[in-house]
Amino acid sequence: MTMGATGIIFQREFRAYTKSPMGYIVAAVVLLLDGILFYGMALGPRWGERLSGEVLQGFFYNASGMTAIAAVALSIRLIAEERQTGTLLLLDTSPVRDWEIVLGKFLSALAFLGAITVATVYIPLLILVNGKIAPGHILVGYLGLICLGGAVLSIGLFATSLTRHQLVAAAVASVITGTLFLFSSLAQVVGPPLNRVFSALTIHGYHWAGFGSGALHLRDLAYYAVLTYFFLYAATKVMEAKRWE
Amino acid sequence: MVQLTEVTKYYGRKRALGPVSFEIGERDTVGFLGLNGVGKTTLLKILACGLRPSSGRVLIDGLDVLHDPHEVRKRVGYLPETPPVYRDMTVGDYLAFAGRIKGMTREALARRVPEVEELARVTEVHDVPTGHLSEGYRQRVGVAQAIIHEPEILILDEPTHDLDPVQIMEMRGMIRSLKDSHTILISSHILPEISQTCDRLLILDDGEIVASGTEEELGEKLMRTSTVAVTIRIGDGDPGNGSESAAIGAARSAITEVRGVTGVRRSDGGERSVAETGAVTFEVEGEADLRAEICRALVGSGHDVIALARAERELERVFVGLVGGERK
Repeated sequence: MTMGATGIIFQREFRAYTKSPMGYIVAAVVLLLDGILFYGMALGPRWGERLSGEVLQGFFYNASGMTAIAAVALSIRLIAEERQTGTLLLLDTSPVRDWEIVLGKFLSALAFLGAITVATVYIPLLILVNGKIAPGHILVGYLGLICLGGAVLSIGLFATSLTRHQLVAAAVASVITGTLFLFSSLAQVVGPPLNRVFSALTIHGYHWAGFGSGALHLRDLAYYAVLTYFFLYAATKVMEAKRWE
Repeated sequence: MVQLTEVTKYYGRKRALGPVSFEIGERDTVGFLGLNGVGKTTLLKILACGLRPSSGRVLIDGLDVLHDPHEVRKRVGYLPETPPVYRDMTVGDYLAFAGRIKGMTREALARRVPEVEELARVTEVHDVPTGHLSEGYRQRVGVAQAIIHEPEILILDEPTHDLDPVQIMEMRGMIRSLKDSHTILISSHILPEISQTCDRLLILDDGEIVASGTEEELGEKLMRTSTVAVTIRIGDGDPGNGSESAAIGAARSAITEVRGVTGVRRSDGGERSVAETGAVTFEVEGEADLRAEICRALVGSGHDVIALARAERELERVFVGLVGGERK
């Protein structure tokens, strides 16, 4: 039953994304902006000649921002909407554990976000056709996007577990994610040892740079895994507390 | 089957429920009756493991809701006031989802979904998204999801909420059809709904149970007087013009003289009615059930008694007497 409930919720939520305008709007906006940004960056006149690897790195850098925004947009409805419409009561009064609800919803959002992200693969392939890049760079870059997307989704899931209002959830998720992004800039303006603390905590810069350049570091993987686990755990605890309210 | 002991629920410092204690046996159909905001929904949510009581003990089928909520949820089907339906899912998909989330296998669902659709009379909307359904259909789909996993206890919170008269009748029929196979708990502030579907009533006021029993028992407890309706045949040409005839006056006197009678009033349609039916009806109030004495007095004074019954107990009188009449 345990994996079953997670799988059942995953299926329902993934279908909900494919049936809702929201899912398609997010997908369309991400793909459009990724394409425009790539055009402006790689093919635009102001950039001049660059190595293919640098172009790919630039694409992943832009895509990471779009992925984070998409992750917030996809996650805010997950629980807040169910609270608003009353359907959460079906799950709350069914023999399903809170972590199963959280995990099922998280995996469905991650799968949908992953599908959108993978749909941008034509861009690295275009670079591959016209230049020379390592397939490993592409794979590590996409792994980075998925890791970053998963982490932001978990933040969004935590935010959406707190409230019945999607706008409030969006604000909370944006503030947390934005703060974690800002740590990267803060690390550059403060001295030691704070700069190291901010670097270690930032969701982008320090931990993202390796993925963008095709270098896979265990510490970066561990960071995103811990961050994701932390916010999923927090969301589960909020669900447990609210389930009996 | 259901046992509550000194259960309370506080929201902050505000008491929403309790302390309440009661027991409900297997296959009982019990109605929770009360005005809006007296704690009915709070009580049902506690029983459905959707709300933690502040104190007290709740046992469902011998299981404590706080210690074994997972097991309790398997045994309970719950329909909240607003049916928890996903509006983007078709009825069939939604019921299958509800069944699977409650632990049913695909094989069991293949059999059960058509069964509950038939029972809830939603078979014809199997492929329709629930968002396109009327309130009545959505409510029926809500009942279908509550019974999909064949729970022992069925909890229905205001099941006829927002339904039209025809839909209300259909819902009552559905609830009656479930009585043989479930212990049913219904909340409502609509009196006929409760009186027509439940074996026993628990009346809530200000978070507490102020009375319990069958409709008749509640009437006995509350009403200090007994009311009897007696109909007497009046001969042709007997009704007077504008005033009571001698025969009617004599009948009234005979009734009034019965010891214990505290009031006599006509409850027929007046002289025109008497002229049409040839009968007059009195409603007699007394300190006890005086049917035998009234009948004896009327027959003894030469009147033909053609009907004699206790006046129908109106649950509204009981209800208002318990909660409304005492309300400040």
